Amino acid sequence: MLKIKNLHASTEDKEILKGVDLEVNAGEVHAIMGPNGSGKSTLAMVLAGREDYEVTEGSIEFNGEDLVDLAPEERAREGVFLAFQYPVEIPGVSNINFLRAAINEKRTHHGLEPLSGKDFLSLVKEKSALVELDDKLKNRSVNEGFSGGEKKRNEIFQMAMLEPKLAVLDETDSGLDIDALKIVSHGVNSLKSKENATIIVTHYQRLLDYIVPDFVHVLYDGKIVKSGSKELALELEEKGYDWIKEKPTV
Amino acid sequence: MSAAESKKEKFLSGISAGSSVHSTTAMNKLNGLDFPTRKTEEWKYTRVSKLINSNLTKGEALLDAEVFSIQQLDSYKVIFTNGNLTHSDLEDNSSISIRRLTENDVLLNSQANEEEIFTTINLAYEHGGLYIHVSSGAIIDKPVEIIHLVDGKNTFAQIRKLVVLEPGSELQLVEGYYSSEHGFAFSNIVSEIIVKRNAKLHLDKIQSESEEHWQINSEYVYQEQDSSFSINTITVNGGMVRNGLNIVVDGSNCETSLNGLYYLKGNQHVDNHTKVDHKKPHCTSSELYKGILDDAATGVFNGKVFVREDAQKIEAFQQNNNVILSDEANMNAKPELEIYADDVKCSHGSTTGQFDNDAIFYLRTRGVGEKNAKNLMVSAFAEDVLQHVKNQPVRTHINTLLKTRFDWKL
Repeated sequence: MLKIKNLHASTEDKEILKGVDLEVNAGEVHAIMGPNGSGKSTLAMVLAGREDYEVTEGSIEFNGEDLVDLAPEERAREGVFLAFQYPVEIPGVSNINFLRAAINEKRTHHGLEPLSGKDFLSLVKEKSALVELDDKLKNRSVNEGFSGGEKKRNEIFQMAMLEPKLAVLDETDSGLDIDALKIVSHGVNSLKSKENATIIVTHYQRLLDYIVPDFVHVLYDGKIVKSGSKELALELEEKGYDWIKEKPTV
Repeated sequence: MSAAESKKEKFLSGISAGSSVHSTTAMNKLNGLDFPTRKTEEWKYTRVSKLINSNLTKGEALLDAEVFSIQQLDSYKVIFTNGNLTHSDLEDNSSISIRRLTENDVLLNSQANEEEIFTTINLAYEHGGLYIHVSSGAIIDKPVEIIHLVDGKNTFAQIRKLVVLEPGSELQLVEGYYSSEHGFAFSNIVSEIIVKRNAKLHLDKIQSESEEHWQINSEYVYQEQDSSFSINTITVNGGMVRNGLNIVVDGSNCETSLNGLYYLKGNQHVDNHTKVDHKKPHCTSSELYKGILDDAATGVFNGKVFVREDAQKIEAFQQNNNVILSDEANMNAKPELEIYADDVKCSHGSTTGQFDNDAIFYLRTRGVGEKNAKNLMVSAFAEDVLQHVKNQPVRTHINTLLKTRFDWKL
């Protein structure tokens, strides 16, 4: 599904990603771990198409298509979803109206008719139940005045509505108490299927107790320096990242 | 004859001088006035040379402007075409009288600024006019909808309106300004509005003329004690639009509310000059103007609030916020407060910036195209002003105009 080859990316002339290689197949869950400043969030942003980052070398292939030249909205319509580490508050823009616009633009892109108001609302009802999102929050301005946990639940609600092929969850566990973490993880797990894939970007192992990865990769200084099974995450939790830093090559 | 004099004469050669004694007085006054230049403080950012060098003629009355009326709005309709009053729904009754303004109708307590050249031209030369009089204690059941249509190249449309609300009366006015795409034309509009004791006037003003049309619109409002005046000025289109809104609050316990929205693109130039003069104590005024400027559009906001020495316990708030969507768009904002009383609450502020890139990126990552993402942001930004348009059919009409002009698919 996703093939990242020798990916280099810079922002303001500073190289952050220095040759990332990663392959993700349908049905898989990958965790990308690493210390602060290793480039984890940059990788997430580059996948989503943030224009502040320039891809200077390498390629990102998604279902056979080159992602690098696609605008963020085109990637989204093709099935890429980024759950933000810091979801943006947008005063005045209704959560529901914006999602309806998003879904209908995606449907138009795939040659489908826009959803009727009725169908849209029943979809909202179904998907918001998944993450126990309060009715009031759905109708409010996007993320405005939401608590940290509500923002993350709103991200997963949007993901459920958009049904992406590839979901990238950027530090989705940060700022969550244990109950919210369980709700969010339950949402993500229920959305998993043989047809889609998930990349979990996280500093801590905690989230991986709830969303169990098939593969764990360690990103350090802009490169994946170690890959392994879910046991690698436990090892990192126990030993910290220092032993990785000492042995920057595998 | 000086160069300035011959310029004035040429500009006015297409229209005829008025014949009333008031016109003659105004004509004498006009002889001492010159067109504003870049050195004229009140017109610093708005050039009129294109206008005064044009060849304009008096427009003929047209028949059908019905198509511009607001759908679903149950109203008394009044229609002006090319500056001439061509239709009025309303028969005079004991509550309200609407009739053609005669050249002899001049308000005794007129606040019209005789130093303002376009206001003085309006009185000195022939104009189509309307006189609305609401009787004491009358609450008018339906809005009066005034449709102004200009159709024809180089038309010089002169319109004058007098609106008098007797004590305790209430009226809702909806004004729409439209033009066909027939090229350059000019509307010179003066409105004098008297809101007497405990009377209440609300005005929704919708400007949607073509990108080649020029409009200079001067309003002079006089409020007596316990009265309320509110206006929403929504500018959707128009090549050059100058709104001069002058309000004298000459009684205590008054409320004044001014809201404006201008969304500009292309080479549009829109200038909102407002002046609220608090002469008496215990009044509130609030003012919110918001602008969105795209392409090479330019905007001007100049809001002045005076609080005179006797006007204690005044609360006056003024806010102007602008969003620039392009590198070439330009906004000139100047909020001003002049306070001579010592026990007042006043604030003013102005911001001009761009939309939050993080927000636009966020919307795009959900599949919303860049243009629609911006439209969503614009619509949210505009809502603060549009929420003051309480009449639903009017609100829907404004939304339709915005959707058509800016390709909103919301």
